[in-house]
Amino acid sequence: MSYDNWEVVIGLEVHCQLQTKTKIFSGAATAYGAAPNTQADPVTLGFPGVLPVLNHDALQMAVKFGLAVDATVAERSVFARKHYFYPDLPKGYQISQYELPIVAGGHLDIELADGSIKRIGITRAHMEEDAGKSVHDAYAGQSGIDLNRAGTPLLEIVSEPDIRSSAEAVSYLKKLHQLVVYLGICDGNMQEGSFRCDCNVSVRPRGQKEFGTRTETKNVNSFRYVEKAIEYEIGRQIDVIEAGGKIVQETRLFNPDTGETRSMRSKENANDYRYFPDPDLLPVVVSAADVARIRGSMPELPEAKRNRFVEQYSLPKYDATVLTGEAALADYYEAVVKTSGGDAKTCANWVITDLLGALNKLGKEIGESPVSAPMLAGLVARIADKTISGKIAKDVFEAMLAGEGDADSIIKAKGLVQITDESAIIKAIEDVMAKNPGQLAEYRSGKDKLFGFFVGQAMKATQGKANPDALNRLLKEKLAP
Amino acid sequence: MHNLSLKQLAEGLRSGKFSSRELTQHYLKRIEAFDPQLNSYITVTADQALAAADAADARLARGEGGPLTGIPLGQKDIFCTSGVRTSCASRMLDKFISPYDATIVKKLQAEAGMPMLGKLNMDEFAMGSSNETSWYGPVKNPWDVTRVPGGSSGGSVAAVAAGLAPVATATDTGGSIRQPAALTNLTGIKPTYGRVSRFGMIAFASSLDQAGVVARSAEDAAQVLQAMSGFDPLDSTSLDRPVDDLIAPLGRSIQGLRVGLPKEYFADGLDAGVRACIDGAIAELKKLGASFTEVSLPNSPLSVPTYYVVAPAEASSNLARFDGVRYGHRAEGVTALEDLYSRSRAEGFGPEVQRRIMIGTYVLSHGYYDAYYLQAQKVRRLIYDDFRRVFEQVDVILGPTATDVAFKLGSKTDDPVSMYLNDIYTIAANLAGIPAMSLPCGFKDGLPVGLQLMGNFFDEAKLLNVAHQYQQVTGWHQQSPKGFE
Repeated sequence: MSYDNWEVVIGLEVHCQLQTKTKIFSGAATAYGAAPNTQADPVTLGFPGVLPVLNHDALQMAVKFGLAVDATVAERSVFARKHYFYPDLPKGYQISQYELPIVAGGHLDIELADGSIKRIGITRAHMEEDAGKSVHDAYAGQSGIDLNRAGTPLLEIVSEPDIRSSAEAVSYLKKLHQLVVYLGICDGNMQEGSFRCDCNVSVRPRGQKEFGTRTETKNVNSFRYVEKAIEYEIGRQIDVIEAGGKIVQETRLFNPDTGETRSMRSKENANDYRYFPDPDLLPVVVSAADVARIRGSMPELPEAKRNRFVEQYSLPKYDATVLTGEAALADYYEAVVKTSGGDAKTCANWVITDLLGALNKLGKEIGESPVSAPMLAGLVARIADKTISGKIAKDVFEAMLAGEGDADSIIKAKGLVQITDESAIIKAIEDVMAKNPGQLAEYRSGKDKLFGFFVGQAMKATQGKANPDALNRLLKEKLAP
Repeated sequence: MHNLSLKQLAEGLRSGKFSSRELTQHYLKRIEAFDPQLNSYITVTADQALAAADAADARLARGEGGPLTGIPLGQKDIFCTSGVRTSCASRMLDKFISPYDATIVKKLQAEAGMPMLGKLNMDEFAMGSSNETSWYGPVKNPWDVTRVPGGSSGGSVAAVAAGLAPVATATDTGGSIRQPAALTNLTGIKPTYGRVSRFGMIAFASSLDQAGVVARSAEDAAQVLQAMSGFDPLDSTSLDRPVDDLIAPLGRSIQGLRVGLPKEYFADGLDAGVRACIDGAIAELKKLGASFTEVSLPNSPLSVPTYYVVAPAEASSNLARFDGVRYGHRAEGVTALEDLYSRSRAEGFGPEVQRRIMIGTYVLSHGYYDAYYLQAQKVRRLIYDDFRRVFEQVDVILGPTATDVAFKLGSKTDDPVSMYLNDIYTIAANLAGIPAMSLPCGFKDGLPVGLQLMGNFFDEAKLLNVAHQYQQVTGWHQQSPKGFE
């Protein structure tokens, strides 16, 4: 099927759990995975007479986000009550922000497949409390309610309908994900629901100005699912319209097992949320001084860091992009450069190729790396001071990964110190020449390619410990007719 | 003992004339003897009261405690008390035992050392002006048991007026402290919004609800209000500013006090007998050196309709939590979720509460919000502006608390609008957030008449000062109902 005649319009709403220690309106803990209902105090449970008190850490995080996407941070924002009945919503309403959100009018730039930059508008971001969870499989014929998650602070980030494909959607989400993790406001754990996405999708004939009718697919919790859900929705909508049907404005659910979306409720059955300003909470006032203070505490953001890496370490853009993908990785790299005193590009190669490769195999995060930054720096330092060759270093790195200690102790234990004593290298060369008279003759008669053969043999003779530069130079001298 | 002021009770306790246990026992006996006629208590907590009295006696014996230590009190059943049923006079919470104490319960009981005699009857969820909407039945007025005590704090006033508690807490959303105080010859004060923590006070209309006290004199009221007041980090709307001394200024002269008489409060609808009592009070205050000027609160006729949009709107939201899921009444034999909600709520809430939930839900609905709720909030601002303007000219505003004396039980239950008009003089203070009080100023046909004083923000001390000075030269507040000696 071809979409050529159709234009896709996508807007995303991301719910991002703010990583505060306590809930947005009470002192109950927010840790994931606790026994059901053990993190539910009277405020979380919506007991009679309890009142919400705003967690200022959540507010600070929301402001940080606003500053990071170049948005307006509202001097005065207002919490509102959003009403609906559901067993995992303790008060019969969710405290959210409606008419006056904390953040409005920002943007995020994404890189398209062709390398061009596209700006995606961020309409708003507002603070709200999460609901609890309904547990449908714990008791036969009954549903259970776990209110541990209820009251966890969320930042709902709403994009403009600027996105035109599932690939752009994923690119935007990845960028957003990277940003909130960088800012330290979200742990980014999508499986645990810390970062989840509602996808608003519509299609319209190419050239038409008005938007088509949209559907909203709720709570998609991985990048891959977002891509699949959007692709499915695009196909479904085009099929419906091309068959002469009409798209119904509705909320849909994505089923990861089938890759399909299905209708959850239509607009006619939609709740009237009866929003009104929450009289239990005063308007949230953020002064210019507050904003300045929070701006001062902002970490370096991904793009700025990448540009600095290109500039400061003379790295190719690709290397800089990889190294700044995660703040923890960037920090790791900078620690290696600083401590090792080695060449920045060499350090980048070690981190990108060797370290990330190994971590990938082990399925570990940078924070769980068995080789710490000082350990890798120790290794690079030994290459820089020519104690070992780059080739030997690979073995030392493997040994470090296996937990055999730091570079120096491994080098010492295994006797891997590089041979720089020229007489020893010359002796090895002469042995190789004596053992391979045929190859020597061929080489001398002009078969230059055999130089590599002699390098290999001489290296082997020194168990790889010969200083490569010295070996090359001396070998050239000795082989010369 | 039950005719003594709080100050006299404190002296009796300190001098060893009687112990807190004896005093508490005295009240418990009176409750047993007289409350069957009045129905002022929903729950009597004799054992806890005596244990608290013993603790108070021990504190006093060590020379510790404050002016209220050992003096028992009644708590309106809207305040959460851990380990004791907190019903809000609703079937919905008939079996609800709070896991925590309201801030004012902590302040008055744990800190000030007042033993709690029990939980006092009220209109269901404080919705009513006659105490006839209670799941536990109506409260009777000790001055005439065929009449209502007013509401919603009907149990609080009946108990204090009949000497079944030395003093009681109460709450006021549209007049629920002042109107019942007026109808039972008590002194009741609703402080500035935010002065007393709302944490643990079951919400009716959050932007209007304010806790206060009903007592037998301004001096008694001042002492208890002093102990209840103050910033509470658990209540975002509580005022983060120091509490004024309410006791020391009581004795000040009111010479030169400027009093405003709002013409709207003396227009048609005010009973002539009530008017005569108010005029008498004005004459007394003139003798004390106060000067009077007519003022206008032009938007006050809008206060009742404004209130009956704002209060039900907030109530419909606040009461959404009563869904039968986590606590409270849960209908039996339900098979579907919708059923659980609709039946639990239909069975758990009485008709007046249901009426207000429906009104509130309506005015917040899509398409009606702007016309009702938003409009009401604008009018509210105008009402507030009226007061601000008037308080540039005068120190306090004086008028009647209610249009008439206590009415017969059942006489207005079929006519909600006439019931709502009971609060015509009291609602504006809640909408504006200013402090206001009612104090006795005479009788009509043997039934008490209340005088209302309204003050500027934070002027509780001034109101209490005026009331106390008035009570030094008048004896109305010392009258007690017959049959409860």
